Amino acid sequence: MIVSVASGKGGTGKTLVATSLALSLKDEHKIQFLDCDVEEPNAHVFMKPVFTESQKVFIPVPSVDEAKCNHCGKCGEVCAFNAVAVTSHKVLVFPELCHGCGACGYLCPQNAITEVANEIGILEVGVAEGIDFVRGKLAIGQVMAPPIIRAVKDIADSNMDTIIDAPPGTSCPVVESIKDSDFCLLVTEPTPFGLNDLALAVATARQLGISCGVILNRAGVGDGAIEEYCRQESMPIMLTIPLDNAIASLYSRGIPLVAGIPAYKISFVELYENILEVVNEGSSSSER
Amino acid sequence: MKIAISVAEANLEADVAPRFGRCQHFIIFDLVSGKFDSLGNKSADFTGGAGIATAQMIADSGVQVVLTGNCGPNAYRVLSATGIEVVTGVTGTVKEVIDKYRRGDYLAAGKPSVASHYGSRFGSPG
Repeated sequence: MIVSVASGKGGTGKTLVATSLALSLKDEHKIQFLDCDVEEPNAHVFMKPVFTESQKVFIPVPSVDEAKCNHCGKCGEVCAFNAVAVTSHKVLVFPELCHGCGACGYLCPQNAITEVANEIGILEVGVAEGIDFVRGKLAIGQVMAPPIIRAVKDIADSNMDTIIDAPPGTSCPVVESIKDSDFCLLVTEPTPFGLNDLALAVATARQLGISCGVILNRAGVGDGAIEEYCRQESMPIMLTIPLDNAIASLYSRGIPLVAGIPAYKISFVELYENILEVVNEGSSSSER
Repeated sequence: MKIAISVAEANLEADVAPRFGRCQHFIIFDLVSGKFDSLGNKSADFTGGAGIATAQMIADSGVQVVLTGNCGPNAYRVLSATGIEVVTGVTGTVKEVIDKYRRGDYLAAGKPSVASHYGSRFGSPG
């Protein structure tokens, strides 16, 4: 089973939940942890993996043979990302804008374009307390997170029970991270920002056909608007974590919640059992 | 010889727009005939690569000089590869700017005036 942890709003507790969930399950299950927040991976701060392998991640970007090119402009025209400009006697490529889709080369009437590998980041594989750990890391100055996330998911074992720490937001990197999940946990906080972005995240997960549930972190402040939203949307609140200085203090020292306050382990184990129940119900009802 | 001036509104009384890639229009002014056309900038609201797309449009328009407030590195690269002179730091109305240009008051920038995304909410001064 693949469980992804997303949020919409940043800083609500995705990594807190993902790391503690993985650590709570590791004794009973063989778990794989994927840090897909490749712009700012931080699960390693808590999991402290030992990395054994590192791979560069590339995307194909166009290289133009000016001897074959007649500067017809087709490549610039078909580029959806403005990564190619064609002047009367030179083609200019902007690799940092290229998504590596290959349209320019495919559609070049002169066959003047070949693809060259542009390094955009790395992925690292290791082990943390018996948990297989993979993280992607976007290189500084690069902006294309999805190809790195794809590389992380490609190297992962798709048959293993997997926890995915997704990036914040609801754009392409999040979609790439959570798609193909059996279940998506959406971590929120009781603030207007938390609610606004939770609604966006719920809409994203629904669009992708992924069942999801809410984790309410820093509970105890605010006005109950999250609970009201969840009632209206029939979204289960699967775990509530209170606003607690002790938790913040552990987190600031890189100590996972379940390591610092072991009583939480039972909550995370129960959370996983509840997820399993929802996923199994979903699959048996769709089989009917 | 034609020059392009970045503007928010397509008339000779309009002020020069401070940003090249994300201006709304260009005035394309023919210094020989004294006639002008306006060119709408479809790339103004692009999420990425606006400067490159705008520069491609200006390169295709056949002008030899661009007068604008600021021009970033990507747009500058396209314009200079086309052989278009870029004058930055230009302010005032289109009319004033054309008069100044005719008097020879402007020098080509020789380099981009700002870093990528300057003037957008993601931008950093530089």
